[in-house]
Amino acid sequence: MNSAPMILLVLVGIVLLFGIGVVVFNRRKSALPESIEESAPVLVPKVVEAPAASPASVAVVSEVAVEAEEPEPTPGAVRRFARAAGIFNGSFAVLRGKDKITSETWEELEETLLRADVGLTTTTALLESLKSRVGRKDISTPQELLDALQGAMAGQLSSNSRELQFDSSVKMPNIWLFVGVNGVGKTTTIGKVAFAQKALGRSVLLAAGDTFRAAAGEQLETWAQRAEVPIVRGNEGGDPSAVIFDAVQSAAANNRELVLGDTAGRLQNKSNLMEELKKVRRVAEKEAGTVTEVLLVIDATTGQNGLSQAEQFALATNVTGVVLTKLDGSAKGGIVFAIETQLGIPVKLVGLGETIGDLVPFDPEEYVRELFAEA
Amino acid sequence: MFDNLSSRFESILKKVRGKGRLTEADVDEVLGEIRAALLDADVNVGVVRNVVARIREAAVGAELSQALDPGQQIVKIVSQELTAMLGGETLKISYASKPPTVVLMAGLQGSGKTTSAAKLARWFKSQGRHPLLVGADLQRPAAVEQLRTLGKQIDVPVFSEPGDPVTTATRGLAEARRIGKDVLIVDTAGRLSIDADLMDEIRRISDAVTPNYTFLVIDAMTGQDAVNTAEAFHNTLAIDGVILSKLDGDARGGAALSVKEVIGRPIAFAATGEKLDAFEQFHPDRMAGRILGMGDMLTLIEQAESVFEKEEAEKTAAKLFEGEFTLDDFLDQLQQVKKMGSMSNIMGMIPGMPKAAKGAEIDDSMITVTEAIIRSMTLEERRRPEIINGSRRNRIAKGSGTTVPDINKLVKQFTEMQKMMKRMGGMAALSGGKANKKGKPGKVNPLKMAKAMREMGLSDLAGPGGGMKGFPPPGNNPSGIPSEGFPDFRDFR
Repeated sequence: MNSAPMILLVLVGIVLLFGIGVVVFNRRKSALPESIEESAPVLVPKVVEAPAASPASVAVVSEVAVEAEEPEPTPGAVRRFARAAGIFNGSFAVLRGKDKITSETWEELEETLLRADVGLTTTTALLESLKSRVGRKDISTPQELLDALQGAMAGQLSSNSRELQFDSSVKMPNIWLFVGVNGVGKTTTIGKVAFAQKALGRSVLLAAGDTFRAAAGEQLETWAQRAEVPIVRGNEGGDPSAVIFDAVQSAAANNRELVLGDTAGRLQNKSNLMEELKKVRRVAEKEAGTVTEVLLVIDATTGQNGLSQAEQFALATNVTGVVLTKLDGSAKGGIVFAIETQLGIPVKLVGLGETIGDLVPFDPEEYVRELFAEA
Repeated sequence: MFDNLSSRFESILKKVRGKGRLTEADVDEVLGEIRAALLDADVNVGVVRNVVARIREAAVGAELSQALDPGQQIVKIVSQELTAMLGGETLKISYASKPPTVVLMAGLQGSGKTTSAAKLARWFKSQGRHPLLVGADLQRPAAVEQLRTLGKQIDVPVFSEPGDPVTTATRGLAEARRIGKDVLIVDTAGRLSIDADLMDEIRRISDAVTPNYTFLVIDAMTGQDAVNTAEAFHNTLAIDGVILSKLDGDARGGAALSVKEVIGRPIAFAATGEKLDAFEQFHPDRMAGRILGMGDMLTLIEQAESVFEKEEAEKTAAKLFEGEFTLDDFLDQLQQVKKMGSMSNIMGMIPGMPKAAKGAEIDDSMITVTEAIIRSMTLEERRRPEIINGSRRNRIAKGSGTTVPDINKLVKQFTEMQKMMKRMGGMAALSGGKANKKGKPGKVNPLKMAKAMREMGLSDLAGPGGGMKGFPPPGNNPSGIPSEGFPDFRDFR
């Protein structure tokens, strides 16, 4: 430890100098014109057409196809979600049994909402408006209070643009990009979307734009085989923009209507990675194609950081919708209230499991109803 | 990491610091804000309730103390509570007397098990062990390929075979014995804690390999549900520790803190970046200091010691103090600092780092830019930056792909740092004992050094964090949480 103070001094000096320098350079960097190298020559994409009927893949596809033919919300999906709504159930059932609204009622409500990751700001706003209604004698029993809360929460999810945007009048193909932090389920979501879109009769092509994570391309390729759609892959460690660009070119040349672009997971505070994502979006529609959806995938277990994710990804890529995954677990995904009310980004899809048909359109009425449902 | 939480605490506690008397309203206000800060950080609702109640209780009794004013007492109480919440001791890994030591990884989908398994293997390797990875995630497409790729990168063998995860794990154990590996790390598929079938499967894997350590991988961005997940996994598997992943994001990591409180098991490791070496043992006491804005000097020094040669460092320090530190030396030092990890990570560990620097986004590509500028200079220019005139500046800017103002900024800052360091060296030499003729500052008295730094308006850098042996914090530290005249923070541990 003898040399510690000295080492430290050297370090502090350097870091200090650096810290100040960084502010300057950052400013400069953002002012510089961007250089786009969409024609990175390192990468030779290969188009892997899904094997038509090799015995190995048939087994996989047919097994999945049975329960996945119908991408609409199945009773199974709803039931799974209902089972997950445990926490809300318990505490609300207790409240319903009481006949007076007391300070405990409010505490109970607040804790329940917080436990669902609704967040303090949104929770306080919801409860304040209800308190004034109770003050005006608008509401007098816990049952009425719960109904009013349910109405208020459903009202917060009133966006009417939950349809996935596909427009055949724009420069084809349509491009849907999938973005988000690490581990939220982007690749899995793309596999499911590919399946559902194909079922709607659209010709789909996957672009394996996650060139960073080990074996991400293999993972997407498995999904491509399951959904029987072609995929364009690049080299691991290659330029993601180039992969997406090539996929779009390939789709345009082969008259494919929809490109689903995977991207590597990235934490929203990594500015260099967010710059990379901006470039991916820019380069995607440089020649052919139009980006009609940028879907932010958010894990339902995410806490208050989800808002920061939505903010930063929206800034970088103009996010058009949210996919809320893993809602079949015990998490409630309450952060979507903040995302919809504060940022105005609608939730479009919900993931309820690992099989190919477990991705369903988000139904806010149903979602809130399930939160409030009796066991 | 945890930065937002720490700046929230700093501003909350600023309000009460130095107050002679605290009214009940003061206490209520502070507690309300602490509650909000913890909830916004995803600390579990129940845990928040308990913590706030404990702080209130302690704060009410606080008037009895003579030594501290009430404001200081609140700071002290909050710090104690945070430290308790994070857990006391660092988890010490002990190895099985009959190898291999078996480690089982468990967690939800996407929490980062596979990456953490590889990082953990790399960590064991750095401890002189010989790990074998087992890919028992046969569910997610390409999970085993991912593990194999990572295994190749860290030069650790990976065992897996298609079929049944329990069988794979069992065979992996036999394989480790056969080829003489002393650590076995079993990666498993992600599963929801409410999925009874899969929870039963992982229990059978656990029964088959009888792990010495079962680690639950938790995403630092997880919300309130982390506690339910942890409880469910703990009930099934008896968790030994938590691996906190994605801690390099801007999440406040509160959920992970609650886990310790609920299952009583510590955070054992934390992943702080995407690179495979961005993985460290978690030191709860140090982290508490970090949350309270007191930095984490111990980790910083450990990291520094692992990359800096002692003699080299002494030479550099001497040069610094004598004003002989050139841009060339700076370039050398940058290479060393780079080895210590990302810039933002290092900055986070320095106590009371100036807000402007802390708040700025530290992008490691900035190091590259700085290097480019210096490398575009001639040796003479690096030694004597004052000779850099207009045409030299243009050349350097072109050579490094930057602009003339960038060059100016760098040179100006460098010159200022040089001056500052020289003055500091002068004072250290005057006051700090064994300085020899060459002005080499033998032992620097940190107290006096801190004072010198403060006199030069560098107060923000003057306060070392708590808990650092042989480097007591100065009595007067206007930057961090300890307030004016606040006693040595180590007492609070």
